[in-house]
Amino acid sequence: MAKRVSLFVSCIVDQVFPNVGLAMADVLERAGFDVGFPEAQTCCGQPAFNSGYREEARQVALHFLDVFSKSENVVVPSGSCTAMITHHFAELFSNDQLNLARVHALESRVYEFSRFLLDVAKVEDVGARLDDVVTYHDSCHALRELKIKQGPRRLLSHVRGLELREMDAAEECCGFGGTFSVKFAEVSGGMARTKIDSIVRTGARTVVSIDSSCLMQIQGAISRAGLSVRTLHLAEVLASR
Amino acid sequence: MSVVFDEKINRARGDGRLQLAIYDATARLMDKRKHALEGDNLPDFQELRDCANALKKQTIDNLDHYLEQFEANVIAHAGKVVFCKDATDVSDFILKLAKERGARLIVKSKSMTTEEIDLNERLEHHNLEAVETDLGEYIIQLAHERPYHIVAPAMHKTRYQVADLFEEKLGVPNETVIEKQTMIARGVLREKFLAADIGISGANFLIADSGAVVLVENEGNARLSTSAPKIHIAVAGIEKLIPRAQDLAVFLKLLGRSATGQPLTVYTSFLSGPRRGEEIDGPGEFYVVLLDNGRTKLLEDSGKRESLYCIRCGACLNHCPVYRKIGGHSFPWVYSGPIGAIITPQFMGLNHEPGLPFASSLCGACAEVCPVKIDIPRVLLELRADVTAAKEREGQGGLERMAFRAYAWLMRHPKLFEIAGRLASVLAPASSSGWLRGVPAIMNIPPVRAWLSQRDLPAPPHQSFRQQWRTRVPRINSR
Repeated sequence: MAKRVSLFVSCIVDQVFPNVGLAMADVLERAGFDVGFPEAQTCCGQPAFNSGYREEARQVALHFLDVFSKSENVVVPSGSCTAMITHHFAELFSNDQLNLARVHALESRVYEFSRFLLDVAKVEDVGARLDDVVTYHDSCHALRELKIKQGPRRLLSHVRGLELREMDAAEECCGFGGTFSVKFAEVSGGMARTKIDSIVRTGARTVVSIDSSCLMQIQGAISRAGLSVRTLHLAEVLASR
Repeated sequence: MSVVFDEKINRARGDGRLQLAIYDATARLMDKRKHALEGDNLPDFQELRDCANALKKQTIDNLDHYLEQFEANVIAHAGKVVFCKDATDVSDFILKLAKERGARLIVKSKSMTTEEIDLNERLEHHNLEAVETDLGEYIIQLAHERPYHIVAPAMHKTRYQVADLFEEKLGVPNETVIEKQTMIARGVLREKFLAADIGISGANFLIADSGAVVLVENEGNARLSTSAPKIHIAVAGIEKLIPRAQDLAVFLKLLGRSATGQPLTVYTSFLSGPRRGEEIDGPGEFYVVLLDNGRTKLLEDSGKRESLYCIRCGACLNHCPVYRKIGGHSFPWVYSGPIGAIITPQFMGLNHEPGLPFASSLCGACAEVCPVKIDIPRVLLELRADVTAAKEREGQGGLERMAFRAYAWLMRHPKLFEIAGRLASVLAPASSSGWLRGVPAIMNIPPVRAWLSQRDLPAPPHQSFRQQWRTRVPRINSR
């Protein structure tokens, strides 16, 4: 019998980039997993947490715990949401032993998508094909909180027809930062444009990342600049045939 | 965010020359640091960081003990320790001493702590001339500006601007060759060193077990400032303590490399007490002024206390994408960049600039390079919670709070969350590319407007993931 996984697609993938969630489900099913989507899921609470509204973040986190407590493994197409759950939920409940225990019971079963493929599913080659020249954007929370650096690149290296060209500023923030992107819009936009300059210098046609929020920022700025570079989530690349 | 903060940021962003200057200077410092840590240059870098963090934690958690030990050892070397609670205490002490000794001229070596308390202005107000002798500090003193950067105070000035400044203030010919500019400053400053009555320095480290003040520098001006005049006063924050001289084996390896990519700065001075009988140089009097100025408030807060671990290397500034866009003078206090963003609200109060902890994408580049491993993003997050709580107490920020309460409520009601999403896709205009440059009036709320001021907005999909999931046919393993 196939092993079961639950998707936590994140609010942004659910509402804005559904193709990323569908692609992730495709890849996981092809890797032999029975994929479920608990329909009561919404958000991880990070927008409130990062804006200083801890009580509101706690309420959303509690909802997350209610929805996923019974799930076996939870797979998330985002380093940022994963880090919120695995690194910051505990902070939210530091004075609430009961829920802190629920957090600890769940957090080790929550995986960022690329890490799940490599560490749990143990697949590097998912049988994907994409004739393209791509560059990879290291999203900050994946890189610095989850220490994800080589994993996505290893997965990309097995995609047939794909050439990966590293950009000089791969590890530099795209400038999204949640509400930072609208509270300090011009600074955030400036950071995005710096990032795009680095992307363009590689000559790549596509930017790949494991976080849709970064890609929303990068693609939004690319679109504004009238450039022909596109963005794809890693799941979309790995689902290509 | 305050209007002033916003204006400063806009001014920095609108100045193309300045943008280039900051970007190049920080890039150079990043490259040098990277090289200094590459390969076999410092293989135990990460272990040293852990060690430095543990040493600072040990010191700050037991600061009272180390302060007493330090004081006893300074006294044992015939020096004096002066505890000051704020800027006025410091200037009162120095003014009184200067008056008693008939001192008129003071030479200073670079010190962020004296910048923090506006010491030069306070002394000048009482007709004491205080001259900065670090080249960068000298330049900004002539220009009547604040340091732009913790270790590179005149980073924002081009050599052409310095040429104009020297011409105007010193009456010298317009000289644009950097080496020649240095010689001009040297000529002026040499006379000051020889004539100075008092030398004031900061301190990079204060060593508890030996009562020594440690200074690191590249120009030799700190050594001259502390040895030529008859009186040396070191002004330092109480957090500069380290337990033992041998701990410098950790900190000195980290400081130079993190700051400028140097394995060691050109000069490292260990100063303990005044000149002794058989010695031929050094000051006759030696004072260490230990400044609180808000620091003890942080000691009470175990969650944010680590902000006091900072050794002022400036690496977090160089690596901060926000600092690199807005520069040092946009920050509301003398300490800029990520470290400034966490210590300013704690030293000066949250209201000094409530927007400051929010001026970060929380990318974490600062924490990644911090040689003493201060978790700056975590402290920023705590400060953000403090700011929203303070606003609530003061009856401010109601609209934003309402929005986040609505968000939290909606996220606990998946069905309504779905309906809200459908509403957006009905309202949003169709777009062939999938990206929007504008939205209908009803959706044109401030955050959306702010987003659209810089970037296009993704058009909502016709169906959300959850809608599509209901009709999706699972893929059987088709590998």
